[in-house]
Amino acid sequence: MISAIFQREFAGYFRTPVAYVFLVVFLLAASGLGFFAGRFFESNTASLEPFFFFHPWLFLFLVPAVGMRLWAEERRGGTIELLFTLPLTPVQAVLGKFLAGWCFLALAIVLTFPLALTVAFLGSPDWGVIVGSYLGSVLLAGVCLAITSLMSALTKSQVIAFVLGVVVCFGFVLVGYSLFSDLLSSFLPVPVVSAIANFGFIPHYDTIMRGLVDLSSVVYFLSLTGFALFLNIVALER
Amino acid sequence: MIEVQNLAKDFGPIRAVDGVSFRVNRGDILGFLGPNGAGKSTTMKMLTGFLPPSGGTARVDGIDVRVDPVGVKRRIGYLPESSPSYPEMTVEEFLGFIAAVRFPGDADRQAGAVERALHLCFLPEVRRQPIETLSKGYRQRVGFAQAVLHDPPVLVLDEPTDGLDPNQKREVRRIIAGMAKDKAIILSTHILEEVEALCTRVIIIARGRVVCDETPASLCARHPEGRLDEVFRELTLGPAATAA
Repeated sequence: MISAIFQREFAGYFRTPVAYVFLVVFLLAASGLGFFAGRFFESNTASLEPFFFFHPWLFLFLVPAVGMRLWAEERRGGTIELLFTLPLTPVQAVLGKFLAGWCFLALAIVLTFPLALTVAFLGSPDWGVIVGSYLGSVLLAGVCLAITSLMSALTKSQVIAFVLGVVVCFGFVLVGYSLFSDLLSSFLPVPVVSAIANFGFIPHYDTIMRGLVDLSSVVYFLSLTGFALFLNIVALER
Repeated sequence: MIEVQNLAKDFGPIRAVDGVSFRVNRGDILGFLGPNGAGKSTTMKMLTGFLPPSGGTARVDGIDVRVDPVGVKRRIGYLPESSPSYPEMTVEEFLGFIAAVRFPGDADRQAGAVERALHLCFLPEVRRQPIETLSKGYRQRVGFAQAVLHDPPVLVLDEPTDGLDPNQKREVRRIIAGMAKDKAIILSTHILEEVEALCTRVIIIARGRVVCDETPASLCARHPEGRLDEVFRELTLGPAATAA
């Protein structure tokens, strides 16, 4: 039953222009930021770090654009009534939809593989780091999507779902951002600041991006995703 | 087949449904009448497991909707009001999705159920059209096809003929009557002739309460000239209104 929901949702991205617009914008923005803002060539190292560095900032806007429709559209169109009078549980519905969106995002991320090939052609990159970075990026996309899915379940309006999704994801990015931590440490003791920073995406994402697939960071992303999905189920059960 | 006991629903301080009870047996077509906002749709939403009741319960085939909502949903075919569907899907894709949820992992059964529903509701000629391109009548039939796809023992239809032209209404009534023999059917409507033409029993609901539960014939007999609209008016507004 999860697979029926998954297939409908995943195919749904491609039934409308959403998928194509998103893929083009994501691929342009991701590589554009890597090349121009990240100075990919100037760094002169066979690494994708300048490319992956911007993903939290990119996902902040683009993942809510993918996830905003998940539940808001069902509410607006009245199909939520159809969905929840079919013999499935809210858990199955939420997981099916989330996994479809996550796979779509993973597909978008994997489609950046020509960058990895370019690096491999120009030099000899550390494949462990690259695979780790891809994993971190997919995990990060997952948590942003789960948060957006929750916001989408709270409203009929896709615009509100998008805005709330961006705001909450931005909060999580900001909390772990070094400039913000520096600001906090001017009036808070260091252990408190680092505890707060640990709730943010960036410290965990950085760890994984450096090729350290640290269990605690993976657990951080997965548990935050799971918690957002749990709240999503609660929100739908009212 | 359907047993509703003391069903109640509160929306904040407003009691939308207030102690509704009735039974529907196999072979019955129960007409659900009442003014807008009387609680018809809310009762149906609780019966089909979409809204949790604030009080009372509903049983389908002996299964309590509060204990095993998924079990109840398996036995019910439900056409929600204004027949929602996914506009960008084609008729075939949409019914295929419903079939995949109803019969997971059984591709033959899914394909068979989709074909049967398409033919039953006169849809084969539009099967490859996106639902958003269809007229209201066709969309209503798609909603209907979705409800009967798994040949459920219980059908709950919220205004199945709403927005259809007279020919289409006739068509939908014919389909319903054709299926009635071995099912328990509840349908809500605003059209009083529909009740006379189709239903074996009528429930009138007003301000969240059942004000009458009898056969269409005995309901007509309440008025000296057998006028159902006058009876409806009297029951839903009170005798004072009819005098005016």
